[in-house]
Amino acid sequence: MTPENAVMTDVEMVTVVIDGFDVTVPKGTLVIRAAEKLGIQIPRFCDHPLLSPAGACRQCLVDIEINGRAFPKPQASCTIPVENGMIVKTQLTSEVADKAQKGIMELLLINHPLDCPVCDKGGECPLQNQAMSNGRSESRYEGVKRTFEKPVSISSQVLLDRERCVLCARCTRFSEEIAGDPFITLNERGALQQVGIYEKDPFLSYFSGNTVQICPVGALTGASYRFRSRPFDLVSTPSACEHCASGCSMRTDVRRGKTLRRLAGEDAEVNEEWNCDKGRWAFKYISSKERIAGPMVRGEDGELHEASWPQALARAAAGLKGKRAGVLVGGRSTVEDAYAYAKFARVALNTNDIDFRSRLHSDEEAVFLASRGVNFNVSYRDLDKADHVVLVDFEPEDESPIVFLRLYKQVRKRGLKVTTLSPVLSRGSEKLGAAIVEDIASISGLSEKSVIVVGERAAEVIGQFTSVVKLAQSTKAKVAWIPRRAGEVGAVVAGAIGNLLPGGRPVADPAARVDIASVWGVESLPAAHGKATWEILEAAGDGRLDAVVIGGVDPLDISSEALGQLLGASTFVLSLEISHSAITAIADVVLPVAAVSEKSGSFLNWEGRPRFFEKAIADSLTRSDLRILSMLADEMGTPINLPSSQAAAKELQSIGEWDGAKADAPSVSPATLTAPSGDQAILHSWRQLLDLGTLQNGEPNLAGTARAAHVLISANRAKSLGLSNGDLVKVSTARGSITAPAQIGKISDSAIWVPRNSIGSQCIANLGAASGLVVTVVKA
Amino acid sequence: MNPMDNELTPRDNEFGLAKAAAESAPILDQSAGSFFKQLQGFWVTFIMQFKKVNTVQYPEVKEPTAERFHGRHQLNRHPDGLEKCIGCELCAWACPADAIYVEGGDNTPDAQFSPGERYGKVYQINYLRCVFCGLCIEACPTRALTMTNEYELADESRSKLIFEKEDLLAPLRAGMLMPPHPMYPGSTDTTYYKGEVPGADPSQGATTNV
Repeated sequence: MTPENAVMTDVEMVTVVIDGFDVTVPKGTLVIRAAEKLGIQIPRFCDHPLLSPAGACRQCLVDIEINGRAFPKPQASCTIPVENGMIVKTQLTSEVADKAQKGIMELLLINHPLDCPVCDKGGECPLQNQAMSNGRSESRYEGVKRTFEKPVSISSQVLLDRERCVLCARCTRFSEEIAGDPFITLNERGALQQVGIYEKDPFLSYFSGNTVQICPVGALTGASYRFRSRPFDLVSTPSACEHCASGCSMRTDVRRGKTLRRLAGEDAEVNEEWNCDKGRWAFKYISSKERIAGPMVRGEDGELHEASWPQALARAAAGLKGKRAGVLVGGRSTVEDAYAYAKFARVALNTNDIDFRSRLHSDEEAVFLASRGVNFNVSYRDLDKADHVVLVDFEPEDESPIVFLRLYKQVRKRGLKVTTLSPVLSRGSEKLGAAIVEDIASISGLSEKSVIVVGERAAEVIGQFTSVVKLAQSTKAKVAWIPRRAGEVGAVVAGAIGNLLPGGRPVADPAARVDIASVWGVESLPAAHGKATWEILEAAGDGRLDAVVIGGVDPLDISSEALGQLLGASTFVLSLEISHSAITAIADVVLPVAAVSEKSGSFLNWEGRPRFFEKAIADSLTRSDLRILSMLADEMGTPINLPSSQAAAKELQSIGEWDGAKADAPSVSPATLTAPSGDQAILHSWRQLLDLGTLQNGEPNLAGTARAAHVLISANRAKSLGLSNGDLVKVSTARGSITAPAQIGKISDSAIWVPRNSIGSQCIANLGAASGLVVTVVKA
Repeated sequence: MNPMDNELTPRDNEFGLAKAAAESAPILDQSAGSFFKQLQGFWVTFIMQFKKVNTVQYPEVKEPTAERFHGRHQLNRHPDGLEKCIGCELCAWACPADAIYVEGGDNTPDAQFSPGERYGKVYQINYLRCVFCGLCIEACPTRALTMTNEYELADESRSKLIFEKEDLLAPLRAGMLMPPHPMYPGSTDTTYYKGEVPGADPSQGATTNV
């Protein structure tokens, strides 16, 4: 017996009779769910296993009798828990229940328009299906149907056709219970009851797309999919989300070689049935006009020219062979691609100068990642069971939305204690009821059931990882590292960083190098500690490196000087990119690569759980990074033998996890920050979920719900500057400034916060830094 | 019961060989009655010479088709010139020969082609595939697609037989304006479907000289 089953037996079980069959279920189970166990389908609209019971649609009426006493009228089976001695008769055995259901269906259909032929939901519509299975075959209604103006924009992404609505309240319950954004509600009463938004609070929820997916009729539709297709036109492929390290299971629907929509997949262990709007709607970057069609080579005239694959590969090989080169992978590669980069750097370029971190980073972080190994031993389930969750430089709603949903679920359910190490109480933290702590030493109340979640921004604070590891050691709490990008965890495991080989093997360990060298069939592997991203860029700038291979990297994610450094000292730049970017503009050779929907592979989410995805666009002609690197390595005469992602996955699996000694944990003492005075403040920022990220290109409806740039200041600072909400504030450094409306919020008096990469507020480009910097704040 | 034993199964005693053999027997009969029967056959042939000829000298002479003859398709317009097609693709779905290809597009305030949210941006009918069954016409929710009586659909290349939207759209009649142009003042798509739009209003754009 597995432990899960053992837990199940502790629960009190109840036996009921449904349609003459006995079924034993845990106490508290709803009748409708017990019937499902027997395979009896009771029609329903409002019932959803992850939402609280509402009994709003009345479609699931059944006859119920308890200990010989029958309810006088049919009851809604989605609201009544089972009890001992209960006898339930569904529409299959009770004429009364059947007639009641048919009656409800008839009432629901009275005002439901005959939009089915043109409705997005037609073909996958619970109302359509259940009207066929449990409704009358003919309409008796001869009046005029009630109509509303259609469609109404709930937000720029979600449109509402009010006459299609059956008032099941799934969308409003989701927004309130799951997302914590109660911005939509049922207005009016009677026949005019309708879903509506508040006049002052727009429906700016990061999770609004889920309401479209769970709507049991076509009342809520996504603006970008509306009227584009019907379910039976689509070819669906199970996929994984490429946007963050939460690792949502997804479904990608393709028609005529174009992705038309993406839906949240079902995975009870990870995303349950939800995803965020970025994962759902940010996929148009694949079909952007900036997409690179074919290989390009910079000619004598300094311009990029289209070239054939053999030409481009020959030129790239000439630029790399025997040269001192570094590799920047970018944080969005699949595990297999990252592995190909890692192998390519060691075998073809004979260097450990490889780094996947295309953001602010530190050596302390690299040491921390090496000391963690590749078996993280922390999962969503630990968050579910935790007694205390500490967020260190991590903003779940913006940086890993499904982690936020999981935390919020526990906060609602049992008042999970959340502490955030940040000077800012963000909207997300507020929803989690988080306590603000500014000093890691003052965090208390941790046990072995607690989880410390550390985000990628910890690398921006000197000594932060060291303090986290110390705190975890002293309290036995688990540590979860949740980076923002989907490829980062996989890149660590694949060894796409200077101090690690695949499987978490330290480069410094000779036995680890021999291990990998024998798998790869090479004499030896380079032993020198590899350079980090910033060192690679610096070395490229001053001539210590001759060439750089760059995957999906935006130089402005790293520093304001990064692009300039790449231009220096006639560095040869090979860019493997999806679309034209700042890097391709300066590259000597540009090789186009496949986007996620055009290839198969896997990501590792923050738990280290593999998230496999298949090629969704079957007839795509693009090639994945690893295929190109393999061809390039062949051209250079140092083959890496990775013909497909399956081959790479198999090889990486055969290498396995390192069983030797792990690297030591980081030991860096924290820096003391100079306290700001007067108009000065310490800058804090993070990336909002919806911002100027390159993968959100080409989707104006999604951008329409992004939170606008603002400068978050404390009440005291606002008072001293004479500011009120909405007044313009200018935040400046020697390099430049950001001017945005002020928002007075809960933030430490010495700090201010701005979004890192939103319209009108791009920290690295505008201010030259993203956090920890002393800036001047004045009224604009 | 024998599954084959239903009323559709031919039986020996009705249509089978035995019956055919029995009927062919009289031909061998050399009696006077048989000779008369043969003359009867020649008489039918002879008398046809004096009947009115049905042959039409096509293409010099063209006869009108039956009123409901299934000919080339037409994409109709509302009285003010806006297209009736909303790009819903139901015709393409109904088509048993997969002859219709539709791509819908969004109407914008700057470019309104049909009343409501969507219009047919790309509309193609492949007349090499079309079997003129008319299921597309039944499927069309806005009566945008109907069939004309035009039957002369032959050409020298395959590509010319894929008719584009321009080839299929009904011509502008008097009082119509070439879309894109705004909807009739004060109207909604419902007004259009109820047939309450009389014709183009001067406020919808430059008046047409048709």
